[in-house]
Amino acid sequence: MPNLKDLKNRIESVKNTRKITKAMQMVAAAKLRRAQDAAEAGRPYADRMTAVLGGLASSMSGSESAPRLLAGTGSDDTHLLVVMTAERGLCGGFNSSIAKLARVKADELVAAGKTVKILTVGKKGRDQLKRDFGDMMIGHVDLTEVKRVGYNDADKIARDVMGRFDAGEFDVATLFFSRFESVISQVPTAAQIIPASFEAPEEEASALYDYEPNEEAILADLLPRGVATQVFTALLENGASEQGARMSAMDNATRNAGDMIDSLTIEFNRSRQAVITNELIEIISGAEAL
Amino acid sequence: MAGTMQFDLVAPERRLASVQATEVQIPGAEGDLTAMPGHAPLILTLRPGVLSVKGTEGDTEYVVTGGFAEISAEGTSVLAERALPVSEVTSDILNEFISSAVEARDNATVENLTALTQQVSDIAVMAERLGIDLKAA
Repeated sequence: MPNLKDLKNRIESVKNTRKITKAMQMVAAAKLRRAQDAAEAGRPYADRMTAVLGGLASSMSGSESAPRLLAGTGSDDTHLLVVMTAERGLCGGFNSSIAKLARVKADELVAAGKTVKILTVGKKGRDQLKRDFGDMMIGHVDLTEVKRVGYNDADKIARDVMGRFDAGEFDVATLFFSRFESVISQVPTAAQIIPASFEAPEEEASALYDYEPNEEAILADLLPRGVATQVFTALLENGASEQGARMSAMDNATRNAGDMIDSLTIEFNRSRQAVITNELIEIISGAEAL
Repeated sequence: MAGTMQFDLVAPERRLASVQATEVQIPGAEGDLTAMPGHAPLILTLRPGVLSVKGTEGDTEYVVTGGFAEISAEGTSVLAERALPVSEVTSDILNEFISSAVEARDNATVENLTALTQQVSDIAVMAERLGIDLKAA
């Protein structure tokens, strides 16, 4: 039987753990609200951008002069996987599920004889993928220092990716991130960003726009912005998902710690009573022996 | 009066304005233009400059660095890369704009050198209009 002192120490330590997980849950809840607000605020821009680009892209597609960002290089031999994860752990299966999705995709592509390159955003994804795909890693974007992701961060990532595309380093780029559905559900998602794909809105097609300077120039100007916007949206979704995942993970941890304290307390009380009973028996049998 | 139209100004990180407007003056890449209700559908790119809105709740001015505007008969929406109300503009912000533009120009390739040089001078013109001094660019 564990002695009373040990049990007491364990109970204390689990109580401390519970305090920490409780605090982390509350911090995550506050951050989640902020992240959701940011995602909300970014939506009108992204929606508009997609609508306009969708209209433009559908009228341009198939034409000879379509920019390479839209039309692609004509082959799909080299794939770039941009894997976005969190900088920190302790958020349940959040990082693992994104990394897993990327891993499955990478294995699939390798099996199909394609070349795979991986760019990671966020430390945790890099750590997880390094083991299996260390030689495919071509870069890492560190956002540890960034308190609040802004459009600038997304723009930097997008520029980096597009620079590599222009240099002919890859043919197809896919973004891996987690889409925020609700606090308890975040869905790991893969979205292709290059060649750019925009869902053309149906009603928009009826309005015939004039373009100034002209269609090609506008499309060339807008496409990089569109890619940056997609990256930005993904970053925001990811931020909200991370906090949501952390919140529910920490909620579970707090509850588990509570259960553990209960069962340890019962054990502690039982042992204590056993010790008392033992002592009584000793005293009584000692008195009877006299 | 021809009535009003919906005007939206959005930046990637926030929505700056969503009001009824009678007239919107837009710094287009090929010259300023004023959009009023019933304008023919048009999509145009912006140059760095001042966007002024005559709204039903008063007039406002915004500084935009670039992006595009979508004009239709019912409304105008401006998607700016960076935008902020003129009242919030300080020389620090403008200096930051111009130094990033200068940096982009100095790293420019042959094809976009003219466009980027134009951007730098557009920002300088805008600063002059707002009466803000720029550090030597």
